[in-house]
Amino acid sequence: MKILVPVKRVIDYNVKPRVKADGSGVDLANVKMSMNPFDEISVEEAIRLKEAGKAEEIVAVSVGPAKAQETLRTALAMGADRAILVQTDDEVEPLAVAKILKAIVEAEDPGLVILGKQAIDDDSNQTGQMLAALLGWGQGTFANTVEVGDGTIDVKREIDGGLQTVQLKLPAIVTTDLRLNEPRYASLPNIMKAKSKPLDQKTPADYGVDTAPRLTTSKVTEPPKREAGEILEDVDTLVAKLKEMGVA
Amino acid sequence: MKTLVWVEHDNAQMKDATLAAVTAASKLGEVHAIVAGSGCQAVADQAAKVAGIGKVHLADDAAYANALPENVAPLIADLMGHHDAFVAPATTTGKNIAPRVAALLDVMQISDILSVEGDKTFTRPIYAGNAIATVTTSDEKLVITVRGTAFDKAATEGGSGEVEAVSGSGDAGLSAFVSEEIAKSDRPELTSAKIIVSGGRALGSSEKFEEVITPLADKLGAGIGASRAAVDAGYVPNDYQVGQTGKIVAPEVYIAIGISGAIQHLAGMKDSKTIIAINKDEDAPIFQIADYGIVADLFNAVPELTGKL
Repeated sequence: MKILVPVKRVIDYNVKPRVKADGSGVDLANVKMSMNPFDEISVEEAIRLKEAGKAEEIVAVSVGPAKAQETLRTALAMGADRAILVQTDDEVEPLAVAKILKAIVEAEDPGLVILGKQAIDDDSNQTGQMLAALLGWGQGTFANTVEVGDGTIDVKREIDGGLQTVQLKLPAIVTTDLRLNEPRYASLPNIMKAKSKPLDQKTPADYGVDTAPRLTTSKVTEPPKREAGEILEDVDTLVAKLKEMGVA
Repeated sequence: MKTLVWVEHDNAQMKDATLAAVTAASKLGEVHAIVAGSGCQAVADQAAKVAGIGKVHLADDAAYANALPENVAPLIADLMGHHDAFVAPATTTGKNIAPRVAALLDVMQISDILSVEGDKTFTRPIYAGNAIATVTTSDEKLVITVRGTAFDKAATEGGSGEVEAVSGSGDAGLSAFVSEEIAKSDRPELTSAKIIVSGGRALGSSEKFEEVITPLADKLGAGIGASRAAVDAGYVPNDYQVGQTGKIVAPEVYIAIGISGAIQHLAGMKDSKTIIAINKDEDAPIFQIADYGIVADLFNAVPELTGKL
Protein backbone atom coordinates (compact mmCIF):
# COMPACT_ATOMS: atom_id res chain seq x y z
CA MET A 1 0.00 0.00 0.00
CA LYS A 2 1.10 3.52 -0.78
CA ILE A 3 0.34 6.30 1.72
CA LEU A 4 -0.11 9.92 0.71
CA VAL A 5 0.66 12.53 3.38
CA PRO A 6 -0.21 16.16 2.69
CA VAL A 7 1.80 18.68 4.76
CA LYS A 8 1.45 22.44 5.20
CA ARG A 9 4.00 25.10 6.00
CA VAL A 10 2.60 27.30 8.76
CA ILE A 11 3.70 29.70 11.47
CA ASP A 12 5.66 27.81 14.15
CA TYR A 13 3.33 26.83 16.97
CA ASN A 14 5.54 28.55 19.57
CA VAL A 15 5.28 31.94 17.86
CA LYS A 16 2.59 34.35 18.99
CA PRO A 17 0.92 35.68 15.85
CA ARG A 18 0.71 39.46 15.43
CA VAL A 19 -2.05 41.15 13.51
CA LYS A 20 -0.80 43.70 10.95
CA ALA A 21 -1.58 47.31 11.83
CA ASP A 22 -3.51 47.85 8.58
CA GLY A 23 -5.83 44.94 9.34
CA SER A 24 -4.87 43.05 6.19
CA GLY A 25 -3.78 39.87 7.93
CA VAL A 26 -1.24 38.35 10.25
CA ASP A 27 2.37 39.45 9.96
CA LEU A 28 4.44 36.51 8.69
CA ALA A 29 7.55 38.47 7.65
CA ASN A 30 10.64 37.16 9.47
CA VAL A 31 8.52 34.76 11.49
CA LYS A 32 9.69 31.21 12.10
CA MET A 33 7.72 28.76 9.94
CA SER A 34 7.44 25.01 10.50
CA MET A 35 5.45 21.98 9.47
CA ASN A 36 1.90 22.11 10.81
CA PRO A 37 2.09 20.05 14.05
CA PHE A 38 -0.84 17.80 13.07
CA ASP A 39 0.91 17.05 9.77
CA GLU A 40 4.04 15.94 11.64
CA ILE A 41 1.81 13.43 13.39
CA SER A 42 0.51 12.29 9.97
CA VAL A 43 4.03 11.77 8.64
CA GLU A 44 4.99 9.87 11.79
CA GLU A 45 1.95 7.60 11.54
CA ALA A 46 2.69 6.83 7.90
CA ILE A 47 6.29 5.93 8.79
CA ARG A 48 5.12 3.67 11.62
CA LEU A 49 2.74 1.87 9.25
CA LYS A 50 5.61 1.40 6.81
CA GLU A 51 7.88 0.14 9.59
CA ALA A 52 5.14 -2.31 10.59
CA GLY A 53 5.03 -3.66 7.05
CA LYS A 54 1.58 -2.24 6.31
CA ALA A 55 2.82 0.21 3.68
CA GLU A 56 5.55 0.22 1.07
CA GLU A 57 5.86 3.84 0.05
CA ILE A 58 5.15 7.24 1.58
CA VAL A 59 4.59 10.25 -0.67
CA ALA A 60 4.53 13.68 0.97
CA VAL A 61 2.65 16.49 -0.80
CA SER A 62 2.48 20.20 -0.13
CA VAL A 63 0.45 22.93 -1.82
CA GLY A 64 2.13 26.26 -1.23
CA PRO A 65 5.02 28.60 -1.99
CA ALA A 66 8.52 27.56 -3.09
CA LYS A 67 9.59 27.58 0.57
CA ALA A 68 7.19 24.72 1.28
CA GLN A 69 10.05 22.64 -0.16
CA GLU A 70 11.67 22.96 3.28
CA THR A 71 8.57 21.42 4.85
CA LEU A 72 8.69 18.56 2.34
CA ARG A 73 12.40 18.04 3.05
CA THR A 74 11.49 17.73 6.73
CA ALA A 75 8.96 15.02 5.84
CA LEU A 76 11.59 13.28 3.72
CA ALA A 77 14.13 13.51 6.56
CA MET A 78 11.60 11.95 8.94
CA GLY A 79 11.17 9.03 6.54
CA ALA A 80 8.89 9.83 3.59
CA ASP A 81 10.21 8.35 0.31
CA ARG A 82 9.47 11.13 -2.14
CA ALA A 83 7.66 14.43 -2.35
CA ILE A 84 5.47 16.52 -4.62
CA LEU A 85 5.32 20.30 -4.34
CA VAL A 86 2.31 21.92 -5.97
CA GLN A 87 3.74 25.39 -6.11
CA THR A 88 1.65 28.55 -5.89
CA ASP A 89 2.04 31.87 -4.13
CA ASP A 90 -1.71 32.29 -3.84
CA GLU A 91 -3.53 31.39 -0.69
CA VAL A 92 -5.29 28.15 -1.51
CA GLU A 93 -8.48 27.36 0.38
CA PRO A 94 -9.23 23.87 1.76
CA LEU A 95 -11.73 23.12 -1.03
CA ALA A 96 -9.15 23.83 -3.75
CA VAL A 97 -6.45 21.93 -1.83
CA ALA A 98 -8.84 18.97 -1.63
CA LYS A 99 -9.39 19.16 -5.41
CA ILE A 100 -5.63 19.18 -6.06
CA LEU A 101 -5.17 16.25 -3.68
CA LYS A 102 -7.97 14.37 -5.42
CA ALA A 103 -6.11 14.70 -8.72
CA ILE A 104 -2.89 13.51 -7.07
CA VAL A 105 -4.72 10.55 -5.52
CA GLU A 106 -6.05 9.61 -8.94
CA ALA A 107 -2.52 9.72 -10.37
CA GLU A 108 -0.76 7.99 -7.43
CA ASP A 109 -3.45 5.50 -6.36
CA PRO A 110 -2.63 5.39 -2.62
CA GLY A 111 -4.50 3.08 -0.23
CA LEU A 112 -4.56 5.67 2.52
CA VAL A 113 -4.28 9.44 2.83
CA ILE A 114 -3.32 10.74 6.28
CA LEU A 115 -3.85 14.45 6.91
CA GLY A 116 -3.60 16.70 9.96
CA LYS A 117 -7.06 17.44 11.34
CA GLN A 118 -6.48 21.17 11.04
CA ALA A 119 -3.78 23.67 10.19
CA ILE A 120 -2.91 25.98 13.06
CA ASP A 121 -3.01 29.09 10.86
CA ASP A 122 -6.54 29.17 9.43
CA ASP A 123 -7.93 26.58 11.89
CA SER A 124 -10.39 25.42 9.21
CA ASN A 125 -10.48 21.67 9.92
CA GLN A 126 -11.93 20.84 6.47
CA THR A 127 -9.45 19.45 3.95
CA GLY A 128 -9.54 15.76 4.92
CA GLN A 129 -13.33 15.60 5.08
CA MET A 130 -13.60 17.44 1.75
CA LEU A 131 -11.11 15.11 0.07
CA ALA A 132 -13.06 12.10 1.39
CA ALA A 133 -16.26 13.54 -0.09
CA LEU A 134 -14.67 14.27 -3.48
CA LEU A 135 -13.21 10.75 -3.68
CA GLY A 136 -16.28 9.03 -2.25
CA TRP A 137 -14.10 7.43 0.45
CA GLY A 138 -14.66 6.82 4.14
CA GLN A 139 -13.16 9.26 6.64
CA GLY A 140 -11.72 8.61 10.09
CA THR A 141 -11.26 12.09 11.51
CA PHE A 142 -9.48 13.16 14.74
CA ALA A 143 -7.68 9.81 14.99
CA ASN A 144 -6.34 8.66 18.35
CA THR A 145 -5.36 5.14 17.20
CA VAL A 146 -5.40 3.46 13.80
CA GLU A 147 -5.19 -0.21 12.97
CA VAL A 148 -4.86 -1.41 9.40
CA GLY A 149 -6.66 -4.69 8.75
CA ASP A 150 -7.33 -6.70 5.62
CA GLY A 151 -8.92 -4.21 3.25
CA THR A 152 -10.17 -2.15 6.18
CA ILE A 153 -8.88 0.30 8.76
CA ASP A 154 -10.15 0.76 12.31
CA VAL A 155 -9.91 4.34 13.50
CA LYS A 156 -10.44 5.26 17.14
CA ARG A 157 -11.55 8.89 17.10
CA GLU A 158 -11.37 11.62 19.76
CA ILE A 159 -14.91 12.96 20.09
CA ASP A 160 -16.52 15.44 22.48
CA GLY A 161 -17.77 12.78 24.90
CA GLY A 162 -14.79 10.43 24.75
CA LEU A 163 -13.68 7.98 22.07
CA GLN A 164 -15.46 6.36 19.12
CA THR A 165 -14.18 3.56 16.88
CA VAL A 166 -15.26 3.25 13.25
CA GLN A 167 -14.22 0.76 10.61
CA LEU A 168 -13.60 2.09 7.11
CA LYS A 169 -13.17 0.32 3.82
CA LEU A 170 -9.79 0.99 2.23
CA PRO A 171 -8.86 3.18 0.47
CA ALA A 172 -9.74 5.76 3.10
CA ILE A 173 -8.94 9.14 4.63
CA VAL A 174 -7.58 9.57 8.15
CA THR A 175 -7.09 12.90 9.92
CA THR A 176 -4.82 13.01 12.95
CA ASP A 177 -5.41 14.23 16.47
CA LEU A 178 -2.77 15.02 19.07
CA ARG A 179 -2.62 11.68 20.84
CA LEU A 180 -2.07 9.49 17.76
CA ASN A 181 1.70 9.44 18.26
CA GLU A 182 4.73 11.52 19.16
CA PRO A 183 6.57 12.52 16.00
CA ARG A 184 10.26 11.69 15.79
CA TYR A 185 13.01 14.19 15.17
CA ALA A 186 14.94 13.75 11.96
CA SER A 187 18.54 12.69 12.58
CA LEU A 188 21.37 14.58 10.93
CA PRO A 189 22.28 11.70 8.56
CA ASN A 190 18.62 11.46 7.55
CA ILE A 191 18.46 15.21 6.94
CA MET A 192 21.47 14.84 4.63
CA LYS A 193 19.92 11.84 2.89
CA ALA A 194 16.62 13.71 2.42
CA LYS A 195 18.39 16.23 0.18
CA SER A 196 18.79 13.61 -2.51
CA LYS A 197 15.30 12.12 -2.29
CA PRO A 198 13.09 12.96 -5.31
CA LEU A 199 10.93 16.09 -5.11
CA ASP A 200 8.61 16.75 -8.07
CA GLN A 201 7.47 20.27 -8.82
CA LYS A 202 3.98 20.89 -10.14
CA THR A 203 1.44 23.70 -10.31
CA PRO A 204 -2.32 23.73 -9.63
CA ALA A 205 -2.81 24.17 -13.39
CA ASP A 206 -1.07 20.80 -13.98
CA TYR A 207 -4.03 19.25 -12.17
CA GLY A 208 -6.59 21.50 -13.87
CA VAL A 209 -7.71 22.99 -10.56
CA ASP A 210 -8.99 26.55 -10.32
CA THR A 211 -7.71 27.95 -7.01
CA ALA A 212 -9.67 31.21 -7.16
CA PRO A 213 -10.86 31.82 -3.58
CA ARG A 214 -14.52 31.59 -2.63
CA LEU A 215 -14.02 33.56 0.56
CA THR A 216 -12.65 37.08 0.76
CA THR A 217 -11.23 38.43 3.99
CA SER A 218 -12.10 42.10 4.34
CA LYS A 219 -10.24 42.62 7.60
CA VAL A 220 -8.30 40.91 10.33
CA THR A 221 -8.39 42.36 13.81
CA GLU A 222 -6.99 41.65 17.23
CA PRO A 223 -9.38 39.86 19.56
CA PRO A 224 -10.63 41.86 22.55
CA LYS A 225 -7.71 42.21 24.93
CA ARG A 226 -7.80 40.92 28.47
CA GLU A 227 -5.83 42.92 30.97
CA ALA A 228 -3.83 41.26 33.70
CA GLY A 229 -5.77 41.50 36.93
CA GLU A 230 -4.50 41.46 40.49
CA ILE A 231 -2.31 39.03 42.31
CA LEU A 232 -4.05 38.13 45.56
CA GLU A 233 -2.10 37.79 48.75
CA ASP A 234 -3.56 34.60 50.04
CA VAL A 235 -6.27 32.00 49.72
CA ASP A 236 -8.56 33.87 52.13
CA THR A 237 -8.69 36.83 49.75
CA LEU A 238 -9.60 34.48 46.91
CA VAL A 239 -12.35 32.90 49.00
CA ALA A 240 -13.72 36.40 49.63
CA LYS A 241 -13.63 37.18 45.88
CA LEU A 242 -15.43 33.93 45.06
CA LYS A 243 -18.10 34.81 47.62
CA GLU A 244 -18.47 38.28 46.07
CA MET A 245 -19.03 36.61 42.71
CA GLY A 246 -21.68 34.43 44.26
CA VAL A 247 -20.03 31.15 43.35
CA ALA A 248 -19.05 30.10 46.86
CA MET B 1 -32.85 32.72 3.38
CA LYS B 2 -33.86 29.23 4.43
CA THR B 3 -31.40 27.52 6.78
CA LEU B 4 -30.99 23.89 7.82
CA VAL B 5 -29.59 23.34 11.32
CA TRP B 6 -27.86 20.10 12.31
CA VAL B 7 -29.48 18.78 15.49
CA GLU B 8 -26.87 17.09 17.65
CA HIS B 9 -28.25 14.21 19.72
CA ASP B 10 -27.74 10.66 20.98
CA ASN B 11 -31.01 9.35 19.47
CA ALA B 12 -32.83 10.08 22.74
CA GLN B 13 -31.87 13.58 23.80
CA MET B 14 -31.08 16.74 21.84
CA LYS B 15 -27.70 18.23 22.85
CA ASP B 16 -27.37 21.82 24.01
CA ALA B 17 -24.81 22.63 21.31
CA THR B 18 -27.71 22.67 18.84
CA LEU B 19 -29.23 25.72 20.49
CA ALA B 20 -26.40 28.15 19.72
CA ALA B 21 -26.49 27.01 16.09
CA VAL B 22 -30.23 27.76 16.00
CA THR B 23 -29.55 31.30 17.24
CA ALA B 24 -26.87 31.83 14.60
CA ALA B 25 -29.14 30.44 11.87
CA SER B 26 -32.04 32.65 12.94
CA LYS B 27 -29.86 35.67 12.14
CA LEU B 28 -29.74 34.47 8.54
CA GLY B 29 -33.42 33.69 8.06
CA GLU B 30 -35.99 30.94 8.40
CA VAL B 31 -34.77 28.00 10.51
CA HIS B 32 -35.38 24.37 9.61
CA ALA B 33 -33.67 21.50 11.35
CA ILE B 34 -32.47 18.04 10.39
CA VAL B 35 -32.67 15.21 12.89
CA ALA B 36 -30.82 12.22 11.43
CA GLY B 37 -30.65 9.13 13.59
CA SER B 38 -32.26 5.86 14.45
CA GLY B 39 -35.34 5.63 16.67
CA CYS B 40 -35.00 9.35 17.26
CA GLN B 41 -38.61 10.58 17.07
CA ALA B 42 -38.24 11.97 20.62
CA VAL B 43 -35.37 14.17 19.48
CA ALA B 44 -37.44 15.51 16.59
CA ASP B 45 -40.23 16.35 19.05
CA GLN B 46 -37.73 18.20 21.29
CA ALA B 47 -36.33 20.09 18.31
CA ALA B 48 -39.82 21.09 17.17
CA LYS B 49 -40.32 22.85 20.51
CA VAL B 50 -37.16 24.96 20.20
CA ALA B 51 -38.08 28.61 19.74
CA GLY B 52 -37.40 29.65 16.17
CA ILE B 53 -37.42 26.25 14.46
CA GLY B 54 -40.18 26.20 11.85
CA LYS B 55 -39.78 22.71 10.50
CA VAL B 56 -37.95 19.56 11.53
CA HIS B 57 -36.85 17.08 8.87
CA LEU B 58 -36.66 13.67 10.49
CA ALA B 59 -34.53 11.01 8.80
CA ASP B 60 -34.98 7.86 10.87
CA ASP B 61 -32.82 5.03 9.56
CA ALA B 62 -30.39 2.57 11.17
CA ALA B 63 -27.69 3.94 8.84
CA TYR B 64 -27.92 7.34 10.55
CA ALA B 65 -27.73 6.02 14.14
CA ASN B 66 -24.14 7.16 14.74
CA ALA B 67 -24.05 10.18 12.44
CA LEU B 68 -21.47 8.58 10.16
CA PRO B 69 -20.59 11.36 7.71
CA GLU B 70 -20.40 8.97 4.75
CA ASN B 71 -24.12 8.25 5.23
CA VAL B 72 -25.39 11.54 6.59
CA ALA B 73 -23.63 14.03 4.28
CA PRO B 74 -25.44 12.89 1.09
CA LEU B 75 -28.79 13.18 2.92
CA ILE B 76 -27.99 16.76 3.91
CA ALA B 77 -26.64 17.63 0.47
CA ASP B 78 -30.02 16.48 -0.95
CA LEU B 79 -31.96 18.62 1.52
CA MET B 80 -29.75 21.57 0.56
CA GLY B 81 -31.54 21.47 -2.80
CA HIS B 82 -34.23 23.52 -1.10
CA HIS B 83 -32.27 25.24 1.67
CA ASP B 84 -29.71 28.05 1.38
CA ALA B 85 -27.48 27.47 4.36
CA PHE B 86 -26.41 24.40 6.36
CA VAL B 87 -25.56 25.40 9.92
CA ALA B 88 -23.91 22.97 12.33
CA PRO B 89 -22.52 23.42 15.83
CA ALA B 90 -18.69 23.28 15.83
CA THR B 91 -18.68 20.04 17.83
CA THR B 92 -16.65 17.00 16.79
CA THR B 93 -19.81 15.74 15.03
CA GLY B 94 -20.45 19.03 13.24
CA LYS B 95 -16.79 19.33 12.24
CA ASN B 96 -16.86 15.79 10.90
CA ILE B 97 -19.97 16.21 8.76
CA ALA B 98 -20.11 19.83 7.57
CA PRO B 99 -16.96 19.88 5.37
CA ARG B 100 -18.13 16.68 3.68
CA VAL B 101 -21.44 18.39 2.89
CA ALA B 102 -19.60 21.50 1.66
CA ALA B 103 -17.46 19.51 -0.76
CA LEU B 104 -20.52 17.65 -2.09
CA LEU B 105 -22.09 21.06 -2.77
CA ASP B 106 -18.80 22.50 -4.12
CA VAL B 107 -18.76 25.35 -1.60
CA MET B 108 -16.16 26.57 0.90
CA GLN B 109 -17.21 26.03 4.48
CA ILE B 110 -16.98 28.92 6.92
CA SER B 111 -15.66 27.34 10.12
CA ASP B 112 -16.39 28.24 13.70
CA ILE B 113 -18.20 31.56 13.21
CA LEU B 114 -18.29 34.09 16.05
CA SER B 115 -20.87 36.46 14.55
CA VAL B 116 -23.17 37.00 11.61
CA GLU B 117 -22.34 40.34 9.98
CA GLY B 118 -24.56 40.03 6.92
CA ASP B 119 -26.18 37.48 4.60
CA LYS B 120 -22.78 36.22 3.50
CA THR B 121 -20.39 37.88 5.92
CA PHE B 122 -19.16 36.40 9.18
CA THR B 123 -16.36 36.74 11.70
CA ARG B 124 -14.25 33.75 12.66
CA PRO B 125 -11.13 33.13 14.74
CA ILE B 126 -7.84 32.23 13.07
CA TYR B 127 -4.37 31.53 14.51
CA ALA B 128 -5.77 30.02 17.72
CA GLY B 129 -7.99 33.04 18.24
CA ASN B 130 -5.07 35.46 18.15
CA ALA B 131 -6.77 37.13 15.19
CA ILE B 132 -10.38 37.54 14.12
CA ALA B 133 -11.08 37.52 10.38
CA THR B 134 -14.13 39.04 8.71
CA VAL B 135 -14.93 36.85 5.71
CA THR B 136 -17.48 37.08 2.92
CA THR B 137 -18.35 34.11 0.76
CA SER B 138 -19.17 34.24 -2.93
CA ASP B 139 -20.79 30.80 -2.87
CA GLU B 140 -24.51 30.59 -3.47
CA LYS B 141 -25.15 27.98 -0.79
CA LEU B 142 -23.56 28.38 2.63
CA VAL B 143 -22.07 25.76 4.91
CA ILE B 144 -21.24 27.07 8.37
CA THR B 145 -20.09 25.73 11.72
CA VAL B 146 -20.90 27.78 14.80
CA ARG B 147 -18.78 28.38 17.90
CA GLY B 148 -21.13 27.56 20.78
CA THR B 149 -19.74 30.12 23.21
CA ALA B 150 -20.30 33.00 20.77
CA PHE B 151 -24.09 32.76 20.52
CA ASP B 152 -26.88 32.65 23.11
CA LYS B 153 -28.79 29.42 23.35
CA ALA B 154 -32.23 29.39 21.77
CA ALA B 155 -35.05 28.60 24.21
CA THR B 156 -35.99 24.91 24.36
CA GLU B 157 -39.68 25.76 24.76
CA GLY B 158 -42.08 27.95 22.88
CA GLY B 159 -41.64 26.68 19.35
CA SER B 160 -44.23 24.72 17.42
CA GLY B 161 -42.37 23.40 14.41
CA GLU B 162 -43.86 20.64 12.29
CA VAL B 163 -42.02 17.35 11.93
CA GLU B 164 -41.73 15.94 8.44
CA ALA B 165 -40.23 12.54 7.66
CA VAL B 166 -37.56 12.47 4.97
CA SER B 167 -35.49 9.63 3.64
CA GLY B 168 -32.05 9.45 2.11
CA SER B 169 -29.94 6.82 0.47
CA GLY B 170 -29.02 5.25 3.83
CA ASP B 171 -25.83 3.23 4.15
CA ALA B 172 -23.13 4.32 1.71
CA GLY B 173 -21.22 1.10 2.45
CA LEU B 174 -17.97 2.92 3.23
CA SER B 175 -17.91 2.86 7.02
CA ALA B 176 -19.33 1.13 10.05
CA PHE B 177 -19.67 2.06 13.69
CA VAL B 178 -17.70 -0.29 15.95
CA SER B 179 -17.84 1.02 19.51
CA GLU B 180 -17.86 4.05 21.74
CA GLU B 181 -16.25 4.84 25.09
CA ILE B 182 -18.23 7.69 26.52
CA ALA B 183 -17.34 8.88 30.00
CA LYS B 184 -20.36 8.83 32.29
CA SER B 185 -20.28 11.70 34.71
CA ASP B 186 -22.70 13.69 36.82
CA ARG B 187 -20.58 16.77 36.34
CA PRO B 188 -21.73 19.62 34.11
CA GLU B 189 -20.48 19.31 30.54
CA LEU B 190 -17.49 21.53 29.89
CA THR B 191 -19.13 23.51 27.11
CA SER B 192 -22.12 24.43 29.27
CA ALA B 193 -20.58 24.51 32.77
CA LYS B 194 -20.88 27.78 34.74
CA ILE B 195 -17.66 27.06 36.62
CA ILE B 196 -14.68 25.08 35.37
CA VAL B 197 -11.73 23.88 37.40
CA SER B 198 -8.88 23.00 35.09
CA GLY B 199 -5.59 21.30 35.83
CA GLY B 200 -2.22 21.27 34.09
CA ARG B 201 1.00 19.35 33.95
CA ALA B 202 2.10 20.66 37.35
CA LEU B 203 -0.32 18.20 38.95
CA GLY B 204 2.25 15.53 38.13
CA SER B 205 0.08 12.40 38.00
CA SER B 206 -3.47 11.22 37.51
CA GLU B 207 -3.69 10.39 41.24
CA LYS B 208 -2.72 13.94 42.21
CA PHE B 209 -5.07 15.37 39.59
CA GLU B 210 -7.93 13.40 41.16
CA GLU B 211 -6.81 14.23 44.70
CA VAL B 212 -6.39 18.00 44.19
CA ILE B 213 -8.76 19.02 41.39
CA THR B 214 -11.79 16.81 42.00
CA PRO B 215 -12.64 17.94 45.58
CA LEU B 216 -12.52 21.61 44.56
CA ALA B 217 -14.72 20.92 41.54
CA ASP B 218 -17.14 18.99 43.77
CA LYS B 219 -17.33 21.91 46.21
CA LEU B 220 -18.09 24.36 43.42
CA GLY B 221 -20.31 22.06 41.35
CA ALA B 222 -17.86 22.69 38.54
CA GLY B 223 -16.89 20.94 35.34
CA ILE B 224 -13.33 19.63 35.11
CA GLY B 225 -10.98 20.62 32.31
CA ALA B 226 -7.31 20.14 31.57
CA SER B 227 -4.47 21.51 29.50
CA ARG B 228 -3.12 19.56 26.57
CA ALA B 229 0.00 18.73 28.61
CA ALA B 230 -2.10 17.06 31.30
CA VAL B 231 -4.04 15.04 28.70
CA ASP B 232 -0.90 14.03 26.80
CA ALA B 233 0.66 12.91 30.08
CA GLY B 234 -2.35 10.67 30.64
CA TYR B 235 -3.64 12.35 33.82
CA VAL B 236 -7.14 12.65 32.32
CA PRO B 237 -8.94 11.51 29.13
CA ASN B 238 -8.93 13.50 25.89
CA ASP B 239 -12.43 14.87 26.33
CA TYR B 240 -11.16 17.06 29.21
CA GLN B 241 -8.90 19.10 26.92
CA VAL B 242 -9.54 22.82 26.67
CA GLY B 243 -7.76 24.70 23.90
CA GLN B 244 -7.31 25.53 20.23
CA THR B 245 -7.95 21.97 19.14
CA GLY B 246 -9.86 20.77 22.19
CA LYS B 247 -12.98 22.28 23.68
CA ILE B 248 -13.73 25.99 23.55
CA VAL B 249 -15.28 27.12 26.82
CA ALA B 250 -16.52 30.40 28.26
CA PRO B 251 -17.82 29.80 31.79
CA GLU B 252 -18.59 32.45 34.41
CA VAL B 253 -15.49 31.36 36.32
CA TYR B 254 -12.46 29.45 35.02
CA ILE B 255 -9.94 28.33 37.59
CA ALA B 256 -6.60 27.36 36.01
CA ILE B 257 -4.48 25.29 38.36
CA GLY B 258 -0.87 24.53 37.50
CA ILE B 259 -1.46 25.65 33.92
CA SER B 260 1.25 27.91 32.50
CA GLY B 261 -0.95 29.32 29.75
CA ALA B 262 0.37 28.32 26.31
CA ILE B 263 -1.41 30.26 23.54
CA GLN B 264 -3.08 27.02 22.44
CA HIS B 265 -4.68 26.68 25.87
CA LEU B 266 -5.63 30.37 26.14
CA ALA B 267 -7.40 30.01 22.79
CA GLY B 268 -9.88 27.67 24.43
CA MET B 269 -10.76 29.66 27.58
CA LYS B 270 -9.90 33.34 27.25
CA ASP B 271 -13.53 34.33 26.74
CA SER B 272 -14.38 33.12 30.24
CA LYS B 273 -15.96 35.89 32.31
CA THR B 274 -13.58 35.63 35.25
CA ILE B 275 -10.27 33.79 35.11
CA ILE B 276 -8.48 32.72 38.27
CA ALA B 277 -4.97 31.28 38.12
CA ILE B 278 -3.02 29.40 40.74
CA ASN B 279 0.59 28.78 39.76
CA LYS B 280 3.89 28.89 41.58
CA ASP B 281 5.68 30.56 38.66
CA GLU B 282 4.90 34.25 38.88
CA ASP B 283 6.06 34.72 35.27
CA ALA B 284 3.58 32.16 33.90
CA PRO B 285 1.72 33.69 30.92
CA ILE B 286 -1.62 32.69 32.47
CA PHE B 287 -1.24 35.61 34.92
CA GLN B 288 -1.27 38.07 32.02
CA ILE B 289 -4.89 37.27 31.31
CA ALA B 290 -6.12 36.20 34.75
CA ASP B 291 -8.42 38.50 36.70
CA TYR B 292 -7.17 37.07 39.97
CA GLY B 293 -3.97 35.19 40.57
CA ILE B 294 -2.31 33.42 43.44
CA VAL B 295 1.39 32.72 43.24
CA ALA B 296 1.70 29.61 45.35
CA ASP B 297 2.38 25.90 45.36
CA LEU B 298 -0.88 24.40 44.15
CA PHE B 299 -0.51 21.39 46.45
CA ASN B 300 -0.88 23.77 49.42
CA ALA B 301 -3.13 26.46 48.00
CA VAL B 302 -5.80 24.28 46.39
CA PRO B 303 -6.56 22.01 49.38
CA GLU B 304 -6.64 25.16 51.54
CA LEU B 305 -9.10 26.77 49.13
CA THR B 306 -11.26 23.64 49.04
CA GLY B 307 -11.25 23.53 52.83
CA LYS B 308 -12.33 27.14 53.22
CA LEU B 309 -15.23 27.05 50.74
